[in-house]
Amino acid sequence: MSEPVKVAIIGSGPAGLSAASRAAQLGLSHILLEKTDHLSDTIFKYQKGKRVLATPERLDLRSDCRFAEGAREYILGNWDEDAANNKVNVAYHAEVAEVTGAKGAFAIKTAKGDVYTAENIVLAIGTQGNPNRMRCEGADLPHIIYQVDDPEDFKDRHITVVGSGDAGIENALGVAEEALENTVTILNRSKDFARAKAKNVSDMTEAGENGFMSIRTETQPKKVEPGWLTLETPTGEERIECDVIVARLGSVAPRGFVESMGIEFTGPDREAFPKLSPTFETTVPGIYVIGALAGYPLIKHCMNQGYDVVEFLNGNKALTPADEKDLAAIFAGLPQQKSVSEWLEYLRTRIRIFADVSPLQMREFMLDSKVAFYRKGDVVFEKGEPGSSLFAIADGFAEVEVGPSVTVSIEQGSIFGEVGLISGRKRGATIRAGEDSIFVEVSRTAALKLMAAVPGAKRVINRISLERQLLQIFKGGLTVEDLEPIVEDPAIERVPAGKVVLAEGDEGDDVYVIRSGSMVVEKDIGGKPIFLRYLPAGSFFGEMAVLSGEKRNATVKAAVASEVIRLKGEQFKAMLAKRPQVREATEAAVAERAAMNSFIESRKASYSSAVDLYSDTASFIMKEGLGEATDALLIDENLCVGCDNCEKACADSHEGLSRLDREAGKTFAHLHVPTSCRHCEHPHCMADCPPNVIHRGPDGEVFMEPGCIGCGNCMRNCPYGVIRMEAAPPEKPSLLRWLLTGFGPGPGEPSPKWTKKQLGDEKPKKIAVKCDMCKGISGGPACVRACPTGAAIRVSPEEFLSIARLQEDAD
Amino acid sequence: MASLFPRRRTKATQTERVRERRHEGFLRYAGFRWAKISGGLCLFIIVSYALVDVTPRHNGGSWYGYTLGTIGAALILWLTALGYRKRKMTSDYWSLKAWTSAHVYLGLSLIVVGTWHTGFQLGWNVHTLAWALMMLVILSGLYGVIVYATLPAALSNNRDEMTQMQMLEAIRAFDRQLHSAAQPLTPADTAPVLAALDEDPFAGGVAARLSGRYPNCATAAALRTLSASNGGDCEAREKVVGLLKQKEAALTRLRRHLRIRALLEIWLYVHVPLTFALIAALSAHIISVFFYW
Repeated sequence: MSEPVKVAIIGSGPAGLSAASRAAQLGLSHILLEKTDHLSDTIFKYQKGKRVLATPERLDLRSDCRFAEGAREYILGNWDEDAANNKVNVAYHAEVAEVTGAKGAFAIKTAKGDVYTAENIVLAIGTQGNPNRMRCEGADLPHIIYQVDDPEDFKDRHITVVGSGDAGIENALGVAEEALENTVTILNRSKDFARAKAKNVSDMTEAGENGFMSIRTETQPKKVEPGWLTLETPTGEERIECDVIVARLGSVAPRGFVESMGIEFTGPDREAFPKLSPTFETTVPGIYVIGALAGYPLIKHCMNQGYDVVEFLNGNKALTPADEKDLAAIFAGLPQQKSVSEWLEYLRTRIRIFADVSPLQMREFMLDSKVAFYRKGDVVFEKGEPGSSLFAIADGFAEVEVGPSVTVSIEQGSIFGEVGLISGRKRGATIRAGEDSIFVEVSRTAALKLMAAVPGAKRVINRISLERQLLQIFKGGLTVEDLEPIVEDPAIERVPAGKVVLAEGDEGDDVYVIRSGSMVVEKDIGGKPIFLRYLPAGSFFGEMAVLSGEKRNATVKAAVASEVIRLKGEQFKAMLAKRPQVREATEAAVAERAAMNSFIESRKASYSSAVDLYSDTASFIMKEGLGEATDALLIDENLCVGCDNCEKACADSHEGLSRLDREAGKTFAHLHVPTSCRHCEHPHCMADCPPNVIHRGPDGEVFMEPGCIGCGNCMRNCPYGVIRMEAAPPEKPSLLRWLLTGFGPGPGEPSPKWTKKQLGDEKPKKIAVKCDMCKGISGGPACVRACPTGAAIRVSPEEFLSIARLQEDAD
Repeated sequence: MASLFPRRRTKATQTERVRERRHEGFLRYAGFRWAKISGGLCLFIIVSYALVDVTPRHNGGSWYGYTLGTIGAALILWLTALGYRKRKMTSDYWSLKAWTSAHVYLGLSLIVVGTWHTGFQLGWNVHTLAWALMMLVILSGLYGVIVYATLPAALSNNRDEMTQMQMLEAIRAFDRQLHSAAQPLTPADTAPVLAALDEDPFAGGVAARLSGRYPNCATAAALRTLSASNGGDCEAREKVVGLLKQKEAALTRLRRHLRIRALLEIWLYVHVPLTFALIAALSAHIISVFFYW
């Protein structure tokens, strides 16, 4: 057992290294435990020459180690120097296996059997977990790697991939790309590939059939030697050539390890983080968590936290976090003078959704928020405006315009704007300040994070939003009291895409409200389901049966994964009986729907082919996932001559890269849905963006602001494959010069060959590239403007599938 | 409808102008606006030509002839500018479809503008050369309009959701499978298969590309030879024949794709160079008129 230290830091990434450097600078006894033989393994494993970005720019770096944007080697080199200069005490090959004891005397046991004692522990182990290692003979050889950053690093090599989960198959497919001329083998211990996604398995099988890789099932590695690998196959041993082994055997997530120390998390879901105090202390006194594990994936945050946590440990109570000045700037415009912590406390105690938020989380949320003072009568936002942020009332009250000269007030402590947050739709009503007020605007990402991290906040937001949604749907005829029984115990159901909620001919009188997602209504006419209409979030259905008492007269199914609120028939009837206005409004809606149904039915008899085509087109559009689109590019292949001017225009309007692939994608009855962004209601790409640079703009466009770190999460999360990871090509010679002298690659995206020639050995950072609907370009989307024949249009599904269309087709 | 948020755009934004809910081709653009304009122009010229009394007779050198000539020359230059407009992605509002529509109909009106400008005096000189070139440009353009209106649907049907890259990839995949499947064949059977493997799907020249006929197709030849052959490993040969059939089908699809694309593009190789020749002849025509008339 070694000498007891004041603090043991586990993990030598940016957070841990920064913490250890601070401890060394303060003269605290410390030990930095690193499981590998080098510092900062995550960044060490980046591909050679990869550029590491220093975002967010506005945040100051506070650390004894240097960090600025640069290549991987530069950053690692700096850190090695800094660690040496700061005299950091590092223990390499110290993989922590177990932590016992309590504050003042923790015992940390490593896998090798060494035991370190420490008064405090700082956990900075990141979120990657430990990849499972190979276990056969020769498993410690250096040509065994556990991840592939860039398949293009491998050319003309013999590569064996061990492990047949998604990670292994994706790596194998990556390096098996024909142009790389690798000889790729993938090994699977069992007969089938049960753990991988069906798509990956079929891609792999196809690559196998096409001779791009050899797939060996019931085969395991037996012995690794430089250049060779011995396999254990069903028919005996076999020795194959092998320069690189990619081992993807799964990994152990760090959560189990963290929980084994007794540290509590904020919730059971995957996004949950350890519960932390303002000084990063966990629920176990003496153990601190910083960095990615604490929910901060950016390097700069990590380094600052490393510094801060050691200062706190050293008894520095006056230290204000590095973001103090940013927070001060957020509060600067307010009429009262308060310190940052006073403001935070003020908001926390006065706003219901912040009640359960810890002071540390409060800082984080406020950084992504705005606080503003509004004079009486000032408009906060107008009906129909896009916007997905959430507002909370810290002081004063807000007035909602529910109808002409009808307003409802929202009291201090409550929230508004939550509909946009949940359904992604435009603002449903105009909101004004009822008196001089202070409102907090929380960005969508921060609000979602708040809901994930603080169950209390989630409950409050859900309850209020449900109440409001129902109030608005029934046009202000109801009061909060009427909804009390429904909101108290709401029946919220998740409906996967394609699932039938109501079937034609069923008994039942429940009414459903679409909370998020969208539905399609179909009716069986002449033995064929005919599309009647598309219902976006915020619509209700099922009311016809309640009013008429008859069976369901149409089928309603989810166009995309959706959430509906089920209201009991009696509840709905009681509501109608109590409020005649609501009854009238509902009856009017029913009459309108009935009229449309009978219109389509009557057309079916006389113009059956037009109705069929309309219906089939609608089904195709829904099947292509356009039910969640707000604005999609649709190409009429009766008009498209394949000139690709749309792609060229796109590239020339956006730093030389096209954001659409015209030819790819599905087609039905000459209607083609190309690979291009649909600007989903709930953008999948936004779900997990570490620097939070994907936003929804004023025209509903989902765009990326500068600051992408190139992690590729959005690309992987997009189900429609419309995001590319690419570096902008160098500037092209002007169009006139090309036209007159033929110099340069001409209009459109330059060929990779031209780009490569221009760049030479330089390897610019690849970042995510996606359609921004030509945001900021006054002429509008370039793809549509540049189509010579009128084949390309951009529409939302309900614009495209309007009844007017059917009428025109039929007439 | 009982929708909470009617997602109709409440404000007429800039982008509203390019927002269309339905597809509308360049020929029908804005209710045939340019067809009406250019039709009106032609009618006006034909009628005024009959009514205006020019002595001794209508010709390019009268005030009426000069007017038509100026209109025609200006139109020719403006029509040529489409090539620039199409490639210059400026950020202001314009619609290339509207430009194409105007280009087509005003281009057709040049038949009247140009011909009536001549006063029907044609001869063997540089003036008539300019007129003849103009008519050839218009004719080639007319072909373009016809193929643009009729071929896209065929292109779409033929490719059946495959991209050109995927078609090539499919052929390469069959080649790789053929390569291994052909190993057990007799040398006599192997030779045509190897020739089929060596075949470049793009080869065959312009004539083959446009006609879609490839009489020397090595894959078809290999298929014929192997279907007729009866030596060696019968099972292996049948497998190869099956693969060759699949490859032939994939080749046919690709060739049809290339053929339609070629038909959609070939006229531009006439239309554009002739336009430049026309502009040269037009310059000579104008200069000679002013210097030597």
